[in-house]
Amino acid sequence: MNAVRPRWLRACVSEFAVLATLVAAPVLLARIGFSVDLLTRVLNWGLIGLGFDILFGLTGLLSFGQAAFFGVGGFVAAYLLVSGTLASVWLALAAGTVAAGLCGVVVGWLAVRRIGIYFTMITLAFGQMAYFIENSPLSKYTGGENGLPGVPVPVLGLGPNAVRIGAGLPMYLLFATIFFVGYVLARRIVGSPVGAVLRAIRQNTGRVAMLGHNVAAYKLAAFVIAALYAGLAGGLLGSFQSYMPPDAFSLETSGQLVVQTIVGGAGTLIGPLVGAAVWLWLRDNLQLVPGLAALWKLVLGIAFIVLVIGLRRGICGEIIHALNERRNRAAANAAAARTAVIEAAGGVAAIAPARQAVDVTLPLPPAATGTCEIALEARSLSRYYGGLKAVDGVSFKVRRGAIHAVIGPNGAGKSTLFKMLLDEVSPSSGEVLLFGDRLTGAGVSRAAQRGIAKSNQLNQLFPNLSLRENLRVAALARCRGPLRLDLWRAADSLPEVERQVDAILALLDLAPRADTPVHILAYGEKRRLEIGMALATSPNVLLLDEPLAGMSPLERAATCGFIRDIARGRTIVIVEHDLDAIFGLAERITVLYEGRLLADGAPDEIRRNAAVQDAYLGGLHADEPA
Amino acid sequence: MPSWPALVSQAFNGLALGSLLALVSSGLTIILGTLGVLNFAHGALFAVGAYAAFVMLQYTSSFVLALVAGCGVMLLLGILLERLIVRLFYDRPDEDQILVTYGIGIVLVECLRAAFGGNAQRVAVPSWGRGATKLGFLIYPTYRLQLIAIIAMLLLGLYLVLYRTAMGLVVRAGIENPLMVGILGINIRRAFLVVFAIGVVAVGLAGMLYAPVVAVTPDMGANFMAQSFVVIVLGGLGSFSGAVVGGLIAGEIISLTSAFNSSYSDVMLYALMALLLVLRPQGLFGSEGRV
Repeated sequence: MNAVRPRWLRACVSEFAVLATLVAAPVLLARIGFSVDLLTRVLNWGLIGLGFDILFGLTGLLSFGQAAFFGVGGFVAAYLLVSGTLASVWLALAAGTVAAGLCGVVVGWLAVRRIGIYFTMITLAFGQMAYFIENSPLSKYTGGENGLPGVPVPVLGLGPNAVRIGAGLPMYLLFATIFFVGYVLARRIVGSPVGAVLRAIRQNTGRVAMLGHNVAAYKLAAFVIAALYAGLAGGLLGSFQSYMPPDAFSLETSGQLVVQTIVGGAGTLIGPLVGAAVWLWLRDNLQLVPGLAALWKLVLGIAFIVLVIGLRRGICGEIIHALNERRNRAAANAAAARTAVIEAAGGVAAIAPARQAVDVTLPLPPAATGTCEIALEARSLSRYYGGLKAVDGVSFKVRRGAIHAVIGPNGAGKSTLFKMLLDEVSPSSGEVLLFGDRLTGAGVSRAAQRGIAKSNQLNQLFPNLSLRENLRVAALARCRGPLRLDLWRAADSLPEVERQVDAILALLDLAPRADTPVHILAYGEKRRLEIGMALATSPNVLLLDEPLAGMSPLERAATCGFIRDIARGRTIVIVEHDLDAIFGLAERITVLYEGRLLADGAPDEIRRNAAVQDAYLGGLHADEPA
Repeated sequence: MPSWPALVSQAFNGLALGSLLALVSSGLTIILGTLGVLNFAHGALFAVGAYAAFVMLQYTSSFVLALVAGCGVMLLLGILLERLIVRLFYDRPDEDQILVTYGIGIVLVECLRAAFGGNAQRVAVPSWGRGATKLGFLIYPTYRLQLIAIIAMLLLGLYLVLYRTAMGLVVRAGIENPLMVGILGINIRRAFLVVFAIGVVAVGLAGMLYAPVVAVTPDMGANFMAQSFVVIVLGGLGSFSGAVVGGLIAGEIISLTSAFNSSYSDVMLYALMALLLVLRPQGLFGSEGRV
């Protein structure tokens, strides 16, 4: 059935569904107690919710201060109109929206540096601050506790033919139109490269930064988008009620938005709208039932707790999930079955038996580099944790195009050293040079943009995204730079990114699994994807932190071949415990011991080095089993 | 520039409000520090405490007995909430914990509204606290002075429990590193139950003690909760001593700025909180707990 519909139609199914619902609602829902005014109110909440869902549902940032932007948008628009500064309601709405957006920039710039409880509390603090500023110091302009009465309604057209958009159905149509446009735009944002990055941030913020995206800036973008939607909704509220109430600013308003979003379903865009419909319907209709008048919010509160405990998807989320489940269950089962087969076979099923050595050239060009023959240089790098010297004055050089290994017993400081090489951890002293330029101090995402990538010892993937989406987030970083707000283009519409993703998938032998969610993959496949993620940024220097950890012998052999392939044309630094593999792969080896450099040389020199044998191999010859 | 007696009187008001905030916040902060849960139901629990005093006073007609009975109610409520709901959320993300406690707050407030209506109730000042006391040039309501003394004793008691008992040691170790406490073979989850219950009783007591001073309404706790968030940010999230000092500072900020220009008192408070969170999230004294 799906195959018959053209692609554009399928892509727009939800837009059509929302449009149809908006058209039918005043007729159909009137029977169950939704007056036109109530529906208009619901749409107003739904409009704030569109922005809030991008912030919370998509990016995972829980704000308890959206009332601030709702209020700013509302009061700026209302004041401009009531004071006579602006005659046009449309201009006032625009001014209010812009004002809310500017507040969003300021508050967001401060808030997005923190996560979790801290983020929520900062937004709450600013929300309360806005409420009290509105209430007292600015009460000359805002009317304080009385609010601003007499906000005019918008007018369509000019001169004598102008039409006032009055209460009732015309106002509903205005709100429905604005909501629909807002919904279409929000859908575009969710489907854009920016949306893909935001979704990835929700799942693993650290990895997104490591790939080269400017995480703080993307979070700020989501924050400002949410503020703009809230500001517009605030301005519309004043016009709709011909009165701007001060409680638009209250903590209660922010809380109501959060509850409605959870009840309706976060991450669905229309969830907040549905939640608002439930909230306002209960409020207006339970009040008519004798004996239940006071209980509407209690019912809602209990439903909210149940939803948070058990059904996290909310009403819309559960419906969408049920629909998808029916369609995707077969695919998911097949993928899981394949995983079981691969796991049972010790990870070999997905690896081609005899692979040809290939040159790996990727569609996306790597970052431009200098002509320096030394790709990476550590200069007396040190990192102290209190009194512990994890790394102590280590210097070494990595030649361009080499496979360079760093070895050492547990606790030698390899992982800390690695983290300093791409500025994930800043050194206590010393510096790192990438092609002769200082890298230290740039931060991990700028380091990635300059062409250095790392695959981690522990997988850092986006578990609920598909393989293709994982790799796309990586390739987007190389293609689009640290930040680009291409909000209206589709995430999969950059041909060079898609070519890059396909090339990596082929290289990893994971093409048949491209659309499988990553959490279903077998362990060995995840390990390969971890390397593939780093590779998808087309790095000049690739750091591999224990790429063979946890692999079966067959997988190890295959992965070593794979590393040799990707080493053509780029520099590789590798940390590994498997010494046989290292002596087979590396052209040069650096040995760390208790945070200090013990030796640095060709594999044969290292093998013969007495200090290395003593310290690292416990006195045994390297060829003997340790 | 306000007169000196007015300033001193405001300073006393700040002390009364500050000690109250200290009691509310100490409950919030030990729950946050130990369980890792930011309790958004704290304001509602404050109101439940005030109503508990209101009801118990009608049955017992003795303020002290009402306090004791009220504590029993709060203890029971704390245990129920932890066992039935909060317990399920220890391993869930911060956002979920915030959401569920916010939901608990809504339900508690609405239960109060359903039972007692939305109108303000009055709780009489106890007989031993009526009238005013002369302090040099200042005449100050007796009950407020007693309030400061009672809360100081309660906080001292809480301090002794936390710092002088084996249970307290477990709790403080749990604030530092709950995993390690578990590895040592101590049932940290049972400590969680005790801490949550203590936190609920603390905020409930604050509500009971404050009931004679203000109008008792279902929504009375919201503002206190927001202010106690400021306090725990001032003192460092999860720090008991930070909550006490932070509470006094916050109380004085509110009272003293309102002596100069009342319209800025709350603005100042939240501006300070926002600044601290951005610049110095470990709080004024650098004694950050878990989180």
